[in-house]
Amino acid sequence: MREVAVIGVGMNEKWGELWEKSFRDLFTEAALNAIDDAGVDKIDSMYIGCMSGGLFVGQEHIGSIMADYLGYGNIPAARVESACASGGLAFRQAFIDVASGMNDIVLAGGVEKMLDVDGGAATYALSTAADQEYECFHGITFPGLYAMIAKAHMHKYGTTREQLAHVSVKNHKNGAKNKRAQFPFETTLDGVINSVMVADPLTIMDCSPVTDGAAAVILCPLDLAKKKFKKHQIIQVIGTGQATDTIALHDRKDLTWLTAVELAGKKAFEMAGKKPTDINLCEVHDCFSIAEICVTEALGFFEPGKGGPAVESGATAIGGKIPINTSGGLKSKGHPVGATGIAQIIEITEQLRGDSGERQVKGAKVGMAQNMGGSGGSSVCHILEVK
Amino acid sequence: MGTTGRNWREYPQRYRMEAAKCKKCGKINFPPRLICPECGHREFETVKLSDEGIIKTYTVIRVAPTGFEDEVPYAVGIVELKDGVSTMMQIADCEPEELKIGMPVKVEFRLVQAEGDAGILMYGYKAVPVRN
Repeated sequence: MREVAVIGVGMNEKWGELWEKSFRDLFTEAALNAIDDAGVDKIDSMYIGCMSGGLFVGQEHIGSIMADYLGYGNIPAARVESACASGGLAFRQAFIDVASGMNDIVLAGGVEKMLDVDGGAATYALSTAADQEYECFHGITFPGLYAMIAKAHMHKYGTTREQLAHVSVKNHKNGAKNKRAQFPFETTLDGVINSVMVADPLTIMDCSPVTDGAAAVILCPLDLAKKKFKKHQIIQVIGTGQATDTIALHDRKDLTWLTAVELAGKKAFEMAGKKPTDINLCEVHDCFSIAEICVTEALGFFEPGKGGPAVESGATAIGGKIPINTSGGLKSKGHPVGATGIAQIIEITEQLRGDSGERQVKGAKVGMAQNMGGSGGSSVCHILEVK
Repeated sequence: MGTTGRNWREYPQRYRMEAAKCKKCGKINFPPRLICPECGHREFETVKLSDEGIIKTYTVIRVAPTGFEDEVPYAVGIVELKDGVSTMMQIADCEPEELKIGMPVKVEFRLVQAEGDAGILMYGYKAVPVRN
Protein backbone atom coordinates (compact mmCIF):
# COMPACT_ATOMS: atom_id res chain seq x y z
CA MET A 1 0.00 0.00 0.00
CA ARG A 2 1.30 3.47 -0.89
CA GLU A 3 1.50 6.26 1.69
CA VAL A 4 -1.04 9.03 1.03
CA ALA A 5 -1.04 12.80 1.60
CA VAL A 6 -3.69 15.53 1.58
CA ILE A 7 -2.37 18.32 -0.65
CA GLY A 8 -5.36 20.59 -1.18
CA VAL A 9 -8.54 21.67 0.58
CA GLY A 10 -11.54 23.76 -0.44
CA MET A 11 -14.99 24.80 0.75
CA ASN A 12 -17.59 27.39 -0.07
CA GLU A 13 -16.73 30.79 1.36
CA LYS A 14 -19.55 30.34 3.86
CA TRP A 15 -22.04 27.57 4.67
CA GLY A 16 -25.69 28.19 5.39
CA GLU A 17 -28.80 29.19 3.45
CA LEU A 18 -27.16 29.57 0.06
CA TRP A 19 -30.23 30.39 -2.05
CA GLU A 20 -28.22 31.71 -4.99
CA LYS A 21 -26.10 28.56 -5.36
CA SER A 22 -27.34 25.39 -7.04
CA PHE A 23 -26.47 21.83 -6.03
CA ARG A 24 -23.91 21.53 -8.85
CA ASP A 25 -22.41 24.99 -8.24
CA LEU A 26 -21.98 24.32 -4.53
CA PHE A 27 -19.88 21.27 -5.26
CA THR A 28 -17.97 22.74 -8.19
CA GLU A 29 -17.02 25.83 -6.19
CA ALA A 30 -15.58 23.75 -3.32
CA ALA A 31 -13.82 21.36 -5.74
CA LEU A 32 -12.22 24.23 -7.69
CA ASN A 33 -11.01 25.78 -4.43
CA ALA A 34 -9.39 22.45 -3.49
CA ILE A 35 -7.81 22.07 -6.94
CA ASP A 36 -6.40 25.63 -6.73
CA ASP A 37 -5.18 25.09 -3.16
CA ALA A 38 -3.32 21.93 -4.21
CA GLY A 39 -2.01 23.39 -7.47
CA VAL A 40 -2.84 20.25 -9.46
CA ASP A 41 -3.50 20.38 -13.19
CA LYS A 42 -5.52 17.15 -13.44
CA ILE A 43 -7.79 14.82 -11.49
CA ASP A 44 -7.60 11.07 -12.08
CA SER A 45 -10.74 10.08 -10.22
CA MET A 46 -13.31 11.45 -7.82
CA TYR A 47 -15.54 10.33 -4.93
CA ILE A 48 -18.47 12.44 -3.77
CA GLY A 49 -20.24 11.96 -0.47
CA CYS A 50 -23.92 12.83 -0.75
CA MET A 51 -26.62 11.43 1.48
CA SER A 52 -29.75 12.17 -0.49
CA GLY A 53 -29.49 14.17 -3.70
CA GLY A 54 -32.66 12.36 -4.72
CA LEU A 55 -34.81 13.56 -1.83
CA PHE A 56 -33.28 17.01 -1.37
CA VAL A 57 -33.01 18.15 -5.00
CA GLY A 58 -34.34 15.24 -7.08
CA GLN A 59 -30.88 14.58 -8.51
CA GLU A 60 -29.13 11.22 -8.57
CA HIS A 61 -26.26 10.13 -10.88
CA ILE A 62 -24.16 12.59 -8.93
CA GLY A 63 -20.73 11.31 -10.03
CA SER A 64 -21.49 12.21 -13.63
CA ILE A 65 -23.09 15.61 -13.13
CA MET A 66 -20.29 16.79 -10.85
CA ALA A 67 -17.45 15.50 -13.04
CA ASP A 68 -19.16 17.15 -16.02
CA TYR A 69 -19.53 20.57 -14.36
CA LEU A 70 -16.03 20.39 -12.88
CA GLY A 71 -14.70 20.11 -16.42
CA TYR A 72 -13.51 16.52 -16.06
CA GLY A 73 -16.38 14.95 -17.98
CA ASN A 74 -14.77 11.58 -18.60
CA ILE A 75 -12.97 10.61 -15.39
CA PRO A 76 -14.26 7.81 -13.15
CA ALA A 77 -16.47 9.52 -10.57
CA ALA A 78 -18.69 7.89 -7.99
CA ARG A 79 -21.17 9.11 -5.41
CA VAL A 80 -20.84 7.23 -2.13
CA GLU A 81 -23.42 7.12 0.62
CA SER A 82 -23.40 6.20 4.28
CA ALA A 83 -26.03 8.69 5.51
CA CYS A 84 -24.31 11.53 7.41
CA ALA A 85 -20.99 9.65 7.18
CA SER A 86 -21.02 9.90 3.36
CA GLY A 87 -18.25 12.52 3.29
CA GLY A 88 -15.95 10.51 5.55
CA LEU A 89 -16.60 7.48 3.40
CA ALA A 90 -15.78 9.42 0.20
CA PHE A 91 -12.45 10.39 1.79
CA ARG A 92 -11.78 6.77 2.73
CA GLN A 93 -12.57 5.54 -0.79
CA ALA A 94 -10.25 8.18 -2.23
CA PHE A 95 -7.53 7.13 0.23
CA ILE A 96 -7.93 3.48 -0.84
CA ASP A 97 -7.83 4.51 -4.52
CA VAL A 98 -4.50 6.32 -4.07
CA ALA A 99 -3.02 3.80 -1.60
CA SER A 100 -3.79 0.90 -3.93
CA GLY A 101 -1.84 2.47 -6.77
CA MET A 102 -4.88 2.67 -9.02
CA ASN A 103 -4.92 6.48 -9.27
CA ASP A 104 -2.54 9.31 -8.33
CA ILE A 105 -4.52 12.56 -8.01
CA VAL A 106 -7.90 11.86 -6.45
CA LEU A 107 -10.56 14.31 -5.32
CA ALA A 108 -12.72 13.46 -2.31
CA GLY A 109 -15.70 15.75 -1.92
CA GLY A 110 -19.05 16.03 -0.27
CA VAL A 111 -22.16 18.07 -0.95
CA GLU A 112 -25.70 18.52 0.30
CA LYS A 113 -28.28 21.05 -0.84
CA MET A 114 -30.82 20.83 2.00
CA LEU A 115 -32.71 24.13 1.88
CA ASP A 116 -34.49 23.77 -1.46
CA VAL A 117 -37.13 21.73 0.40
CA ASP A 118 -39.27 22.70 3.40
CA GLY A 119 -38.64 21.51 6.95
CA GLY A 120 -40.99 18.53 6.69
CA ALA A 121 -39.33 17.23 3.54
CA ALA A 122 -35.85 17.77 5.03
CA THR A 123 -36.85 15.90 8.20
CA TYR A 124 -38.17 13.06 6.07
CA ALA A 125 -35.02 12.89 3.93
CA LEU A 126 -32.84 12.74 7.06
CA SER A 127 -35.10 10.13 8.68
CA THR A 128 -34.32 7.70 5.87
CA ALA A 129 -31.03 7.04 7.71
CA ALA A 130 -33.10 5.26 10.39
CA ASP A 131 -35.15 2.04 10.11
CA GLN A 132 -38.19 3.15 8.11
CA GLU A 133 -40.45 0.23 9.08
CA TYR A 134 -39.55 -0.22 12.76
CA GLU A 135 -38.44 3.26 13.91
CA CYS A 136 -39.86 5.97 11.65
CA PHE A 137 -43.23 4.17 11.34
CA HIS A 138 -43.82 5.04 14.99
CA GLY A 139 -43.28 8.77 14.51
CA ILE A 140 -39.68 9.04 15.65
CA THR A 141 -37.29 11.72 14.35
CA PHE A 142 -33.51 12.02 14.49
CA PRO A 143 -33.63 14.47 17.40
CA GLY A 144 -35.94 11.89 19.02
CA LEU A 145 -33.46 9.03 18.54
CA TYR A 146 -30.59 11.02 20.05
CA ALA A 147 -32.92 12.25 22.81
CA MET A 148 -33.46 8.58 23.72
CA ILE A 149 -29.69 8.05 23.80
CA ALA A 150 -29.41 11.15 26.01
CA LYS A 151 -32.09 9.88 28.43
CA ALA A 152 -30.33 6.51 28.65
CA HIS A 153 -26.94 8.19 29.22
CA MET A 154 -28.34 10.48 31.92
CA HIS A 155 -30.02 7.50 33.61
CA LYS A 156 -26.94 5.26 33.50
CA TYR A 157 -24.19 7.76 34.27
CA GLY A 158 -25.87 10.79 35.81
CA THR A 159 -25.00 13.00 32.83
CA THR A 160 -26.74 16.35 33.36
CA ARG A 161 -28.81 18.69 31.21
CA GLU A 162 -26.12 21.35 31.76
CA GLN A 163 -23.35 19.04 30.53
CA LEU A 164 -25.24 18.50 27.26
CA ALA A 165 -25.57 22.28 26.91
CA HIS A 166 -21.83 22.73 27.49
CA VAL A 167 -21.22 20.92 24.17
CA SER A 168 -23.24 23.50 22.23
CA VAL A 169 -21.75 26.43 24.16
CA LYS A 170 -18.19 25.24 23.47
CA ASN A 171 -18.83 24.53 19.80
CA HIS A 172 -20.49 27.89 19.23
CA LYS A 173 -17.55 29.57 20.96
CA ASN A 174 -15.20 27.88 18.46
CA GLY A 175 -17.53 28.48 15.52
CA ALA A 176 -17.75 32.19 16.33
CA LYS A 177 -14.11 32.34 15.18
CA ASN A 178 -14.78 30.45 11.94
CA LYS A 179 -15.69 32.72 9.04
CA ARG A 180 -17.21 29.81 7.09
CA ALA A 181 -19.63 28.84 9.88
CA GLN A 182 -23.37 29.02 9.30
CA PHE A 183 -24.01 30.30 12.84
CA PRO A 184 -20.80 32.09 13.92
CA PHE A 185 -22.05 33.39 17.26
CA GLU A 186 -21.63 32.44 20.90
CA THR A 187 -24.40 31.13 23.12
CA THR A 188 -24.91 30.43 26.83
CA LEU A 189 -26.09 27.52 28.97
CA ASP A 190 -29.41 29.33 29.46
CA GLY A 191 -29.62 30.01 25.75
CA VAL A 192 -29.34 26.30 25.02
CA ILE A 193 -31.49 24.93 27.84
CA ASN A 194 -34.32 27.45 27.43
CA SER A 195 -34.64 27.37 23.65
CA VAL A 196 -37.48 25.52 21.91
CA MET A 197 -37.86 21.89 23.02
CA VAL A 198 -37.62 19.48 20.07
CA ALA A 199 -37.53 16.06 21.75
CA ASP A 200 -37.04 15.88 25.53
CA PRO A 201 -34.39 16.58 26.76
CA LEU A 202 -32.98 18.11 23.55
CA THR A 203 -33.79 21.68 22.53
CA ILE A 204 -33.16 23.15 19.10
CA MET A 205 -29.80 24.40 20.45
CA ASP A 206 -28.74 20.78 21.06
CA CYS A 207 -29.35 20.05 17.36
CA SER A 208 -27.16 20.73 14.34
CA PRO A 209 -28.92 22.76 11.64
CA VAL A 210 -29.88 22.00 8.04
CA THR A 211 -27.34 23.56 5.73
CA ASP A 212 -26.36 24.08 2.10
CA GLY A 213 -22.69 23.39 1.60
CA ALA A 214 -19.88 21.46 -0.03
CA ALA A 215 -16.27 20.60 0.71
CA ALA A 216 -13.44 18.93 -1.21
CA VAL A 217 -9.88 17.75 -0.68
CA ILE A 218 -7.17 16.44 -3.01
CA LEU A 219 -5.14 13.33 -2.17
CA CYS A 220 -2.02 11.95 -3.82
CA PRO A 221 0.83 9.55 -3.02
CA LEU A 222 3.13 10.94 -0.30
CA ASP A 223 6.17 10.55 -2.56
CA LEU A 224 4.54 12.61 -5.28
CA ALA A 225 3.50 15.26 -2.74
CA LYS A 226 7.13 15.58 -1.55
CA LYS A 227 8.40 15.99 -5.10
CA LYS A 228 5.74 18.12 -6.71
CA PHE A 229 3.24 19.64 -4.27
CA LYS A 230 5.31 21.48 -1.69
CA LYS A 231 3.17 24.63 -1.53
CA HIS A 232 1.81 23.67 1.90
CA GLN A 233 3.05 21.70 4.87
CA ILE A 234 2.53 18.07 3.78
CA ILE A 235 -0.14 16.25 5.78
CA GLN A 236 -0.16 12.45 5.69
CA VAL A 237 -3.20 10.24 6.24
CA ILE A 238 -1.81 7.70 8.69
CA GLY A 239 -4.95 5.84 9.73
CA THR A 240 -8.39 5.02 8.40
CA GLY A 241 -11.17 2.94 9.95
CA GLN A 242 -14.78 2.19 9.10
CA ALA A 243 -17.43 0.14 10.89
CA THR A 244 -21.18 -0.42 10.95
CA ASP A 245 -23.70 -1.24 13.67
CA THR A 246 -27.42 -2.08 13.76
CA ILE A 247 -29.46 0.52 11.91
CA ALA A 248 -32.17 0.41 14.60
CA LEU A 249 -31.20 1.97 17.92
CA HIS A 250 -33.38 -0.54 19.81
CA ASP A 251 -31.29 -3.48 18.54
CA ARG A 252 -28.19 -2.32 20.49
CA LYS A 253 -27.44 -3.96 23.81
CA ASP A 254 -26.15 -0.72 25.36
CA LEU A 255 -28.07 2.33 24.15
CA THR A 256 -25.33 4.66 25.43
CA TRP A 257 -22.45 3.02 23.56
CA LEU A 258 -21.57 3.70 19.90
CA THR A 259 -19.92 0.44 18.85
CA ALA A 260 -19.39 1.52 15.22
CA VAL A 261 -17.45 4.55 16.47
CA GLU A 262 -15.39 2.45 18.87
CA LEU A 263 -14.46 -0.06 16.14
CA ALA A 264 -13.78 2.53 13.40
CA GLY A 265 -11.61 4.42 15.88
CA LYS A 266 -9.71 1.32 16.95
CA LYS A 267 -8.95 0.42 13.33
CA ALA A 268 -7.68 3.93 12.63
CA PHE A 269 -5.57 4.02 15.82
CA GLU A 270 -4.10 0.60 15.05
CA MET A 271 -3.19 1.50 11.47
CA ALA A 272 -1.67 4.82 12.59
CA GLY A 273 0.22 3.25 15.48
CA LYS A 274 -1.31 5.88 17.77
CA LYS A 275 -3.44 5.90 20.90
CA PRO A 276 -6.04 8.43 22.07
CA THR A 277 -3.46 10.31 24.18
CA ASP A 278 -1.36 10.90 21.02
CA ILE A 279 -4.13 12.93 19.38
CA ASN A 280 -3.76 16.72 19.62
CA LEU A 281 -7.26 17.60 18.39
CA CYS A 282 -10.33 15.82 17.03
CA GLU A 283 -13.32 16.76 14.93
CA VAL A 284 -16.28 14.61 16.01
CA HIS A 285 -19.80 14.18 14.70
CA ASP A 286 -21.81 16.42 17.06
CA CYS A 287 -25.09 16.15 15.13
CA PHE A 288 -26.65 16.47 18.59
CA SER A 289 -24.96 17.54 21.84
CA ILE A 290 -25.24 14.02 23.33
CA ALA A 291 -23.51 12.57 20.25
CA GLU A 292 -20.29 14.45 21.01
CA ILE A 293 -20.31 13.13 24.58
CA CYS A 294 -20.88 9.52 23.43
CA VAL A 295 -18.25 9.78 20.66
CA THR A 296 -15.53 11.13 22.96
CA GLU A 297 -16.15 8.09 25.17
CA ALA A 298 -16.30 5.56 22.31
CA LEU A 299 -13.01 6.85 20.85
CA GLY A 300 -11.33 6.41 24.24
CA PHE A 301 -10.62 10.06 25.02
CA PHE A 302 -12.65 9.62 28.22
CA GLU A 303 -13.94 6.66 30.23
CA PRO A 304 -17.55 5.55 29.60
CA GLY A 305 -19.82 8.02 31.38
CA LYS A 306 -17.10 10.68 31.76
CA GLY A 307 -17.79 12.56 28.52
CA GLY A 308 -20.27 14.90 30.23
CA PRO A 309 -17.98 15.91 33.11
CA ALA A 310 -15.13 16.28 30.57
CA VAL A 311 -16.88 18.91 28.45
CA GLU A 312 -18.07 20.69 31.61
CA SER A 313 -14.48 20.86 32.92
CA GLY A 314 -13.16 22.46 29.74
CA ALA A 315 -11.06 19.42 28.79
CA THR A 316 -12.46 19.55 25.23
CA ALA A 317 -12.07 23.31 24.73
CA ILE A 318 -9.20 24.83 22.73
CA GLY A 319 -6.35 24.79 25.25
CA GLY A 320 -7.85 21.79 27.06
CA LYS A 321 -6.56 18.21 27.25
CA ILE A 322 -8.06 17.25 23.87
CA PRO A 323 -9.69 20.07 21.88
CA ILE A 324 -12.85 18.77 20.22
CA ASN A 325 -14.55 20.46 17.26
CA THR A 326 -12.30 23.49 16.93
CA SER A 327 -14.19 24.32 13.71
CA GLY A 328 -17.41 24.87 15.65
CA GLY A 329 -18.55 21.36 14.86
CA LEU A 330 -21.73 20.48 13.04
CA LYS A 331 -23.62 22.61 15.55
CA SER A 332 -22.13 26.00 14.68
CA LYS A 333 -20.36 25.42 11.35
CA GLY A 334 -23.45 23.74 9.84
CA HIS A 335 -24.22 20.21 8.74
CA PRO A 336 -24.75 19.72 5.00
CA VAL A 337 -24.75 16.00 5.68
CA GLY A 338 -22.75 14.66 2.72
CA ALA A 339 -20.13 17.41 3.05
CA THR A 340 -19.57 17.22 6.80
CA GLY A 341 -17.02 14.38 6.77
CA ILE A 342 -14.85 16.24 4.25
CA ALA A 343 -15.09 19.53 6.16
CA GLN A 344 -13.83 17.69 9.25
CA ILE A 345 -10.74 16.58 7.27
CA ILE A 346 -10.28 20.19 6.12
CA GLU A 347 -10.33 21.52 9.69
CA ILE A 348 -7.74 18.95 10.77
CA THR A 349 -5.56 19.63 7.70
CA GLU A 350 -5.62 23.39 8.25
CA GLN A 351 -4.88 22.98 11.96
CA LEU A 352 -1.91 20.73 11.18
CA ARG A 353 -0.70 23.24 8.57
CA GLY A 354 -0.91 25.92 11.28
CA ASP A 355 -3.46 27.91 9.25
CA SER A 356 -6.35 28.11 11.74
CA GLY A 357 -5.83 31.65 13.02
CA GLU A 358 -7.71 32.37 16.24
CA ARG A 359 -8.79 28.72 16.51
CA GLN A 360 -5.27 27.34 16.16
CA VAL A 361 -4.32 24.49 18.51
CA LYS A 362 -0.70 25.32 19.29
CA GLY A 363 1.82 22.73 18.19
CA ALA A 364 -0.78 20.36 16.72
CA LYS A 365 0.99 17.46 14.97
CA VAL A 366 -1.62 14.67 14.97
CA GLY A 367 -5.36 15.17 14.40
CA MET A 368 -8.36 12.92 14.07
CA ALA A 369 -11.74 13.16 12.30
CA GLN A 370 -14.77 11.05 13.21
CA ASN A 371 -17.86 11.01 10.98
CA MET A 372 -21.07 9.13 11.80
CA GLY A 373 -24.20 7.93 10.01
CA GLY A 374 -27.70 7.65 11.46
CA SER A 375 -28.00 7.02 15.19
CA GLY A 376 -24.56 5.36 15.06
CA GLY A 377 -25.27 2.74 12.39
CA SER A 378 -22.02 3.66 10.63
CA SER A 379 -18.84 5.54 11.40
CA VAL A 380 -15.64 6.47 9.59
CA CYS A 381 -12.48 7.70 11.34
CA HIS A 382 -9.23 9.15 10.00
CA ILE A 383 -5.97 10.17 11.63
CA LEU A 384 -3.71 12.75 9.95
CA GLU A 385 -0.17 13.74 10.84
CA VAL A 386 2.26 16.48 9.90
CA LYS A 387 4.94 14.95 7.69
CA MET B 1 -44.41 7.26 4.41
CA GLY B 2 -45.60 4.16 2.69
CA THR B 3 -47.76 2.47 0.15
CA THR B 4 -50.58 0.02 0.64
CA GLY B 5 -48.36 -2.87 -0.34
CA ARG B 6 -45.56 -1.77 1.90
CA ASN B 7 -47.85 -1.65 4.93
CA TRP B 8 -49.61 -4.95 4.04
CA ARG B 9 -46.23 -6.71 3.94
CA GLU B 10 -45.65 -5.82 7.61
CA TYR B 11 -49.09 -7.00 8.86
CA PRO B 12 -47.77 -10.10 10.66
CA GLN B 13 -45.44 -7.91 12.72
CA ARG B 14 -47.63 -4.81 13.13
CA TYR B 15 -50.93 -6.60 13.79
CA ARG B 16 -49.85 -9.77 15.54
CA MET B 17 -46.27 -8.99 16.69
CA GLU B 18 -44.94 -12.14 15.05
CA ALA B 19 -41.24 -12.76 15.52
CA ALA B 20 -38.77 -15.42 14.34
CA LYS B 21 -37.23 -17.60 17.05
CA CYS B 22 -33.94 -19.17 15.96
CA LYS B 23 -34.22 -22.96 16.01
CA LYS B 24 -30.56 -23.26 16.99
CA CYS B 25 -29.71 -20.58 19.58
CA GLY B 26 -33.24 -19.53 20.58
CA LYS B 27 -32.76 -15.81 19.92
CA ILE B 28 -36.05 -14.12 19.12
CA ASN B 29 -35.69 -11.78 16.15
CA PHE B 30 -38.18 -8.97 15.64
CA PRO B 31 -38.81 -8.29 12.85
CA PRO B 32 -38.01 -11.72 11.41
CA ARG B 33 -34.72 -12.11 9.56
CA LEU B 34 -33.43 -14.63 7.04
CA ILE B 35 -30.29 -15.35 9.05
CA CYS B 36 -29.84 -15.24 12.83
CA PRO B 37 -27.45 -12.38 13.75
CA GLU B 38 -26.47 -14.28 16.90
CA CYS B 39 -25.45 -17.68 15.47
CA GLY B 40 -25.87 -17.60 11.68
CA HIS B 41 -28.59 -20.26 11.61
CA ARG B 42 -31.28 -19.98 8.93
CA GLU B 43 -34.26 -21.86 10.37
CA PHE B 44 -36.82 -20.21 12.61
CA GLU B 45 -40.17 -20.82 14.21
CA THR B 46 -42.81 -18.09 14.33
CA VAL B 47 -43.58 -16.91 17.85
CA LYS B 48 -45.74 -14.09 19.19
CA LEU B 49 -43.94 -11.45 21.24
CA SER B 50 -44.80 -10.87 24.88
CA ASP B 51 -47.15 -7.93 25.45
CA GLU B 52 -45.51 -6.99 28.75
CA GLY B 53 -42.33 -5.05 29.20
CA ILE B 54 -40.54 -2.02 30.64
CA ILE B 55 -39.45 1.33 29.22
CA LYS B 56 -35.69 1.22 28.51
CA THR B 57 -35.55 4.82 27.30
CA TYR B 58 -37.98 7.34 25.87
CA THR B 59 -38.46 10.86 24.57
CA VAL B 60 -41.37 13.22 24.06
CA ILE B 61 -41.62 14.42 20.47
CA ARG B 62 -42.47 18.16 20.30
CA VAL B 63 -41.58 18.70 16.63
CA ALA B 64 -43.20 15.91 14.64
CA PRO B 65 -42.49 14.41 11.25
CA THR B 66 -45.07 14.75 8.47
CA GLY B 67 -48.24 12.86 9.35
CA PHE B 68 -47.79 13.15 13.12
CA GLU B 69 -48.15 16.96 13.46
CA ASP B 70 -51.57 16.79 15.14
CA GLU B 71 -50.37 14.41 17.83
CA VAL B 72 -47.67 16.49 19.55
CA PRO B 73 -46.59 16.13 22.23
CA TYR B 74 -46.37 12.35 22.11
CA ALA B 75 -43.99 9.88 23.73
CA VAL B 76 -41.89 7.32 21.88
CA GLY B 77 -39.78 4.78 23.70
CA ILE B 78 -37.75 1.62 23.43
CA VAL B 79 -39.61 -1.13 25.27
CA GLU B 80 -37.84 -4.26 26.51
CA LEU B 81 -40.39 -7.08 26.44
CA LYS B 82 -40.42 -10.02 28.84
CA ASP B 83 -39.02 -12.33 26.16
CA GLY B 84 -35.91 -10.17 25.87
CA VAL B 85 -36.79 -8.37 22.63
CA SER B 86 -36.38 -4.58 22.61
CA THR B 87 -38.27 -2.53 20.05
CA MET B 88 -39.51 0.99 19.45
CA MET B 89 -43.09 2.13 19.87
CA GLN B 90 -45.18 5.06 20.99
CA ILE B 91 -46.20 5.23 24.63
CA ALA B 92 -49.88 6.14 24.71
CA ASP B 93 -52.43 7.21 27.33
CA CYS B 94 -49.88 9.00 29.49
CA GLU B 95 -48.70 12.42 30.53
CA PRO B 96 -45.07 13.07 29.51
CA GLU B 97 -44.18 14.00 33.10
CA GLU B 98 -45.16 10.61 34.55
CA LEU B 99 -42.84 8.57 32.32
CA LYS B 100 -39.71 7.00 33.80
CA ILE B 101 -37.06 4.57 32.64
CA GLY B 102 -37.92 1.16 34.10
CA MET B 103 -41.68 1.83 34.13
CA PRO B 104 -43.79 -1.28 33.33
CA VAL B 105 -45.94 -1.13 30.19
CA LYS B 106 -48.46 -3.30 28.37
CA VAL B 107 -48.46 -3.45 24.57
CA GLU B 108 -51.79 -2.84 22.80
CA PHE B 109 -53.10 -2.87 19.22
CA ARG B 110 -53.60 0.77 18.16
CA LEU B 111 -53.89 3.09 15.19
CA VAL B 112 -50.37 4.41 14.50
CA GLN B 113 -50.73 6.64 11.45
CA ALA B 114 -52.83 7.41 8.39
CA GLU B 115 -51.21 7.42 4.97
CA GLY B 116 -51.51 10.78 3.22
CA ASP B 117 -54.67 12.91 3.13
CA ALA B 118 -57.14 10.14 2.26
CA GLY B 119 -55.00 7.04 2.50
CA ILE B 120 -55.31 3.84 4.44
CA LEU B 121 -55.16 3.69 8.20
CA MET B 122 -52.02 1.98 9.44
CA TYR B 123 -52.38 0.00 12.63
CA GLY B 124 -49.72 -1.42 14.87
CA TYR B 125 -48.68 -1.61 18.50
CA LYS B 126 -48.25 1.00 21.23
CA ALA B 127 -47.24 0.72 24.87
CA VAL B 128 -49.50 1.87 27.69
CA PRO B 129 -48.11 2.42 31.21
CA VAL B 130 -49.24 -0.14 33.79
CA ARG B 131 -50.55 1.69 36.87
CA ASN B 132 -50.97 -0.22 40.10
